[in-house]
Amino acid sequence: MAAKVLIPTPLRALTGGASSVTVEAGTVGTVLTALETAHPGFHDRLFDDRGDLRRFVNIYVNGEDIRFLEGQDTPVAARDEVSIVPAVAGGR
Amino acid sequence: MAISAPVRPGGAGHPSGNDGGTRILGLACRECGAKYPTSPVHVCDRCFGPLEVQYDYDLIAERVSRESIARGPDNIWRYRDLLPLDGEGDVDWRVGWTPLVRATRLGKALGLSNLWIKNDAVNPTYSFKDRVVAVAAAKAREFGFDTFACASTGNLASAVAAAGVRLGLRTYVFLPADTEPEKFVNAQVYGANVIAVNGTYDDVNRLCSELADQKGWAFCNINVRPYYSEGSKTLAFEVAEQLGWEVPDHVVVPIASGAQLVKITKGFGELAQIGLTSGKLPRVSGAQASGCNPVANAYSRGWDAIKPVRRPDTIAKSLAIGNPADGYYVLKIVRETGGAIDEATDAEITHGVRLLAETEGIFAETAAGVTIAVLKKLAASGIVKRDERVVAYVTGNGLKTPQAVIPLLGQAPVIAPNLDAFDAYLTGQA
Repeated sequence: MAAKVLIPTPLRALTGGASSVTVEAGTVGTVLTALETAHPGFHDRLFDDRGDLRRFVNIYVNGEDIRFLEGQDTPVAARDEVSIVPAVAGGR
Repeated sequence: MAISAPVRPGGAGHPSGNDGGTRILGLACRECGAKYPTSPVHVCDRCFGPLEVQYDYDLIAERVSRESIARGPDNIWRYRDLLPLDGEGDVDWRVGWTPLVRATRLGKALGLSNLWIKNDAVNPTYSFKDRVVAVAAAKAREFGFDTFACASTGNLASAVAAAGVRLGLRTYVFLPADTEPEKFVNAQVYGANVIAVNGTYDDVNRLCSELADQKGWAFCNINVRPYYSEGSKTLAFEVAEQLGWEVPDHVVVPIASGAQLVKITKGFGELAQIGLTSGKLPRVSGAQASGCNPVANAYSRGWDAIKPVRRPDTIAKSLAIGNPADGYYVLKIVRETGGAIDEATDAEITHGVRLLAETEGIFAETAAGVTIAVLKKLAASGIVKRDERVVAYVTGNGLKTPQAVIPLLGQAPVIAPNLDAFDAYLTGQA
C-alpha cells in the first residue's frame, strides 16, 4: 500500500497539476526520494545546497510536524498522509 | 507641524489616483530575490521563501512629503503611497491614526524617563489587526475575490469579519476551539462564517494553507499575505509622524508570527529611504510569553533557527504561535539593531496588564501584558536605557481577554442603597 502526499500549489507544476500523489510508504526521507524519482525536480525545491530541508518548508505526517517526530526518519505507513506546506509568514 | 483637516485621497494630498502599476513594481522573494508579478501568491516557486511587495521608492519620494501626508485622512490611508493598493482603500473607516500616549506614570514605575505607548487597542475591532486587514481586504477585492478568509487566534477573526461587511466580501474565519469566548462573539456578530477547529493555531494555519490551495479564496494571512503584512508598516509611520517626524530610540513589540516586528522595522526604514526622517533607525526589542517562546528561546540560546513549540500554553493566546514563520527575520533584526528578546510568565503578564491600566488608564489585552512585562525586565537590566525615547506597542483591547484579570480583581462590595451602609463599608476598609 502507498502513502498519500499533498502537493502545495507552488509545486504542482512538477506533478502535472495534481494536488496529491501516492508513493510507496516507508519514512519521510524515502517518500521524498520516491517523489523525486516519480516527479523529478522536488529535491531541488525542498532542499538547500547543503542537503537540509529549506527553512520555509514544513512537512507533516497525519497533521503532525516532523520536527516533533523523528524528522526525515519519521515512519510513514500505508494510507498515512504526508503534507508539504510552505511556512506562512504572518497572521494570528 | 500643524495637521490640517483631512482631505480624501484623490484630493491635493494624493494626486496619484489609480497608480499602483507605476508605484508598485511587483513581488520579490525575500530569500533568493526571484521576481513575480503583482498577484495573489505568497511563496517563492523556487525556494519557498516569502514574497514581499517591491516599490519604486524614487517615485514615491518625489510624490510624498510630510505636508502631503498631513493632508490625508485621519487613518492609515494617509500613507497610501507606501501601501500596495492600485486604487483606494476604505477611507471612510477609521483604521489606525491611534493615540501615541506619553506614559509618564508607567515610565516612573519602570525607571524610564521618556516612555510612550502606541495605543492600538482603539481600532474599530479593538486590535492592530484592522490595519493589516484593511490592506488585505482592499487588495483581495482588487484581485476579484468574493470570499475573504483567515486562520486566527482571535483578533484577526473580528477584523476580517468586519472588513468583509464593509467591502461586501463573504468571510470565513477559522479559530482554535479553545479561543476566548469574547473573540468568537467579536467575529460572529458581524455575520462571518466562524469555524472552531480542534487543534492549536498552528494546526489551524496548516489546514487553512491546504484550503487556500483548494478553494480559490483570499486567505488574508496566506495567499494575500504579502499585501496584508504591509499594513503593519503604518505602526511605524504613525509613531514617527506623531513624534514630529522623529524616530524613537527604541521600540518594544510583541512577537507572535513576528511579521509585525519585521514590518514596523521596514516602515522606519522606508521613511528614512524616502527622506521623511533623518535616516536614524530604532533599536528593536521583542516580547514573548514563556508559554510560547520559540523566538525568545532561540534568541537566548544564540540560535538562528526556530525550534517550534508544539503545545503553546499561555494566557496570551493572541501570541500563541508555536511555529512563527517570521521568527528567523525577527532574530536577525533584533541582533542587528542592538535590541533584545525576553519573555513573561502568566503571572507577569497579568501584572503587566494591571500595571498599564493602573498607571496610564489603558486596559489592554494579555499580549500587551507581555509587552509591558518584558519592557519592565529590559528596563531593569539596562537594555532599555533610562533616557532613551522608548515606544511600546499595545496591540489589543483588554475587553477581549477579561478572564485573564478577573481572578486578580475580586468581587466588588455589595451594599444597601443608603448612607449608613456606605459609611459602614468605609469603616470596614479603615
